[in-house]
Amino acid sequence: MNRIKTLFQNKKEDILNIYFTAGHPNLNDTATIIRELAHAGTDLIEVGMPYSDPLADGLTIQQSSSVALKNGMHLDLLFTQLKDARQHTDIPLVLMGYFNQVLQYGPEKFIRQCVDSGVDGLILPDLPLFEYERDFKALFEANDICISFLITPLTEDYRIRKVDELTNGFIYMVSSNATTGGKADADQQQIAYFNRIEKMGLNNPRLIGFGISDHASFSNACQYANGAIIGSAFIRNLEKENDLRMGIHRFVSGIRQEVHQ
Amino acid sequence: MISIDEKGYYGKFGGAYIPELLHPCVEELRLNYEKIMTQPDFQEEFHHLLRDYVGRPTPLYFAKRYSEHFKANIYFKREDLCHTGAHKVNNTIGQILVAQRLNKKRIIAETGAGQHGVATATVCALMGIECIVYMGEKDIERQAPNVKRMKMLGAEVRPAMSGSRTLKDATNEAIRDWINNPSDTHYIIGSVVGPHPYPEMVARFQSVISEEMKKQLLEKTGKANPDAIIACVGGGSNAAGAFYHYLNDEDVRLIAVEAAGLGVHSGETAATSAIGTEGVIHGSRTLLMQTQDGQIVEPYSISAGLDYPGIGPLHAHLISSGRAEAISITDKEALDAAFFLSRTEGIIPALESAHAFAAMNHLDYNEGDTIVINLSGRGDKDLAAYTQALD
Ligand SMILES: Cc1ncc(COP(=O)(O)O)c(C=O)c1O
Repeated sequence: MNRIKTLFQNKKEDILNIYFTAGHPNLNDTATIIRELAHAGTDLIEVGMPYSDPLADGLTIQQSSSVALKNGMHLDLLFTQLKDARQHTDIPLVLMGYFNQVLQYGPEKFIRQCVDSGVDGLILPDLPLFEYERDFKALFEANDICISFLITPLTEDYRIRKVDELTNGFIYMVSSNATTGGKADADQQQIAYFNRIEKMGLNNPRLIGFGISDHASFSNACQYANGAIIGSAFIRNLEKENDLRMGIHRFVSGIRQEVHQ
Repeated sequence: MISIDEKGYYGKFGGAYIPELLHPCVEELRLNYEKIMTQPDFQEEFHHLLRDYVGRPTPLYFAKRYSEHFKANIYFKREDLCHTGAHKVNNTIGQILVAQRLNKKRIIAETGAGQHGVATATVCALMGIECIVYMGEKDIERQAPNVKRMKMLGAEVRPAMSGSRTLKDATNEAIRDWINNPSDTHYIIGSVVGPHPYPEMVARFQSVISEEMKKQLLEKTGKANPDAIIACVGGGSNAAGAFYHYLNDEDVRLIAVEAAGLGVHSGETAATSAIGTEGVIHGSRTLLMQTQDGQIVEPYSISAGLDYPGIGPLHAHLISSGRAEAISITDKEALDAAFFLSRTEGIIPALESAHAFAAMNHLDYNEGDTIVINLSGRGDKDLAAYTQALD
């Protein structure tokens, strides 16, 4: 069975999903980062496919993406690295990127590569719902590849229902209307949004992302969803640490501390 | 029939490939733009401003010396005589009126040559609305006079520092700004690019160009249609405006002129339809310059307004279906054409428009054909580049 589905069947809370950009800080760090994140107790990993024009991303992910591209990251290499990483861990892996990357690579070839390298799901924030349903849903389902769509505080209820219908795996709940890397203040409005979604009784589990940076914001998010996603804060930490392995372990245990007590 | 379908596609090009974060902004516009722009009070205010503020209709000028040289009947559509010096203001007048009716309090825009930035800063000053213009750091340098104009008009100019630091990157920054300010902000896109409904909305505001052309040409020549219309294409707004009312008149050749930079195959080019392939850029499925992995290639042209790796989906459709012909013009050819036009007709064109004029040397036409060249803007902003070429 798909590893994302297994994860959410077995674990309902405090799920930690960490995002990093493949090819950053160094071209061949991918397998190491995945292995260490898994050892350190991450539940799920989002591997960013670096893109030249990441519209939904703030400065940190933009910069890590351009470093990764300068380092020479490209999709064939990434799939090879993932295949290698897959030898050592069973952690669910999600690829995140932009629709044009999949379109140019060729959707069928892309999905075949996902299957071959042990990728479990995709997040393509700019893929329209109707186009996924019309052109790609059958392909994804036939290969047991999950897809997660995003919802935001401004997504209307009818669209949330549609997202819930098309998503399998988890719904990516964006904490506030902002590009990645901003602040996530748990203000009244945000809590009202989290509660409103909770009451909708959706079929899919939910992870909260954008602006989660430390154990306080992580554990807060975990009160309102099955877990949370950390991206920019982890990337900034990678840039700070000299020792990749140590840095990753310190970061993950820093996030986990309160929730695990 | 060439028209847009209900999901926002021209043939297979167009649509709205946007993150969910942008969806509410774009959806609000999609649901309302048509209703707003067809209301009588909107139309009245729009046409009043185009007449008394912009100075429309712009003349359709018969260029005698130019015609003699090329042995054809050549007319210039004088968009360079619009207030602010280019066609861009037709669109910003339209969009500011839409923004007001959507109760937006803050305007953002991207700009390449600075003409769209100036046109946006102008209408924001006119209406008393806050204005922020994103401009690539490289363009801030090469189009300095327009940066000063925007500042004088009260706009804030924010440099885009990523990528090629040109129009593409300014557009990315404007889109990110909109994501972060979804409720009070309207994004005035400067060309027929971006997610649906932008390409269609901007084309409709610019279509005043061909609406006037049709009347003027008939008055002047007794002919309903010219044999060809030539316009430069950055994103494609002046070309869309000049082509719009002729799209279904198959007897009129539509010539889209792109910037070849140092040469189409030099690696330093912005000739999108020549070397581009189908993909997604700035929320639209269209032709763009990209790698096999779908990374967007950084373009190059001496002309900041044409230095863009995509084209609007309408043009992608017109060119791939054969309805429009694409011609690409190098920096050098554009500079030569600008000097030739200056000295035969006493008109200094914008570097962008100079590309359209250079296309006369590549077009095969019959002697005596009637040809309209869209003179999209004046060249004051490009004096530095022209002076450098003189030395
Ligand atoms: C005078 C002029 N012409 C043409 C363009 C290119 O834009 P478009 O293709 O949208 O007309 C620009 C853009 O800045 C411009 O300033």
